[in-house]
Amino acid sequence: MANKVLMKGNEALAEAAIRNGCLNFFGYPITPQTELAEYMAKRMPKVGGLCLQAESEVAAINMVLGAAASGVRAMTSSSSPGVSLKSEGISYMVGCDLPCLICNVQRGGPGLGGIQPSQQDYYQATKANGHGDLHLYVLAPASVQEMVNLVGRAFDVADTYRTPAMILADGALGQMMEPVDFDAALSEKRELPEKTWATNGTKMQRKRNVINSLYMNPDDLEKSIIDRFERYKKIEENETLYEELYTDDADIVIVSYGITSRICKSAIEMARAEGIKVGLIRPITVWPYPKAAIAKAAKTAKHFLVVELNMGQMVDDVKVACECRVPVSFFGRTGGVLPTAEDVLAEIKKLNGGNK
Amino acid sequence: MTTEILLAGFGGQGILFAGKQLAKTAMYNDKNVSWLPSYGPEMRGGSANCSVIISDNEIGSPIINRPDILIAFNLPSFDKFEPKIKEGGILIANSSLIATKSERDDIKAYYIPATQLASDNGLEGGANVIILGYLLKLTGIFDLDQFIDLMVAGIPATKAKLIENNKKAIMLGYNYEA
Repeated sequence: MANKVLMKGNEALAEAAIRNGCLNFFGYPITPQTELAEYMAKRMPKVGGLCLQAESEVAAINMVLGAAASGVRAMTSSSSPGVSLKSEGISYMVGCDLPCLICNVQRGGPGLGGIQPSQQDYYQATKANGHGDLHLYVLAPASVQEMVNLVGRAFDVADTYRTPAMILADGALGQMMEPVDFDAALSEKRELPEKTWATNGTKMQRKRNVINSLYMNPDDLEKSIIDRFERYKKIEENETLYEELYTDDADIVIVSYGITSRICKSAIEMARAEGIKVGLIRPITVWPYPKAAIAKAAKTAKHFLVVELNMGQMVDDVKVACECRVPVSFFGRTGGVLPTAEDVLAEIKKLNGGNK
Repeated sequence: MTTEILLAGFGGQGILFAGKQLAKTAMYNDKNVSWLPSYGPEMRGGSANCSVIISDNEIGSPIINRPDILIAFNLPSFDKFEPKIKEGGILIANSSLIATKSERDDIKAYYIPATQLASDNGLEGGANVIILGYLLKLTGIFDLDQFIDLMVAGIPATKAKLIENNKKAIMLGYNYEA
């Protein structure tokens, strides 16, 4: 059993952040994410950090901006409606080239929606976390252990490329308990660049640093964006993650991420037991998107099936990645409803029948 | 092997706690395990349930639709989930609050008046642990002593009374004869 502990996803995320050197947490309660902030409130003071419940999500993300500008590892967390409120601050952080971690433990939307698990913020997370030309490094873990494993990576990528990173989870992952081994998650250590840009006091030794997202001269703004997109290119080259299962011989390749990918794995085993050749590509980063893996699978697969907890927000990404060479179908439930493995199996069988 | 246990009842009956004890013991026995609660308004008096999956393999979906074992703490849970028990599965029903009996002949059904036993023995709120004791006896899913040790380890030492009561509750269930 080694060093395993049984923990809720929300709590494990918080513990992992602290173990990865996060010293400032700013949040505002919202179901189904609140345990994360609650855990931070208990643990953060004990490691000499600061956990503060802000007066609103807008305030919390701007506190993260301030903390990150001073060079501290800082994070915030929320659930869907709260993340929408943070989007202005997120865009400002991108404009300021500030690293941070944002956790979205998604619930049903739009509006206040519901409190049950969803993946309805895929578009928001991957395409438009705020205004302007921007991307975030977005990780979509599928288990409590993987959430823990990815927190360190999220912070490291954020620091390396000076970008906000996001853990895109959902209510089920946040609320469920699974065994976690924190020591196993800490094995990978990176060399990180020094934060020479931080506004942490000149001590009369250097010129003062200015962190700002306002450029009155369009040429300067354009240059800053192009520079940033050069870094995005490096993130795409170096930091794209995905998992493949049975793609070598699969006629049907399911593309699914997060909690939904696990439901799909159960369905795939059931289908395989019936002799249907189904595989899985599970994007672990949803931005950057694992286009190459999809393109490769498109050479042998006869059909893609996208499965998500929304109305099909990832379908276009798969179509673009495979250049529409293979038909892409969709199955999903939304609003907080989760499909069963049997539901997914039924969809697989529909496609399999269509191939005969 | 995979065992899917669904525990269901009213919020406040200790459903989530009972599920957590099963998940924790499974983890200590080197099993893969997932514990998924219903969350939200259920915690404040509605219906509550929790899915515990114990497996030698990687766990796919953490959601249980067809449990191997259903522990029903109240009638609405019995009505909702009894038809979904897998063929050859097990039902354990809290007969203090469930007057009906299962009519299925493809499952094994057991009944224990857990709420009554708890109040008769000064263990109000202990029906959940009584049922766990009965589950251990019926299925042998975990070693009794290990289960008790792990449960007690989760209770602060300052709450000695609580430790005693939980031990008493588990033995009540374990030694219950229908």
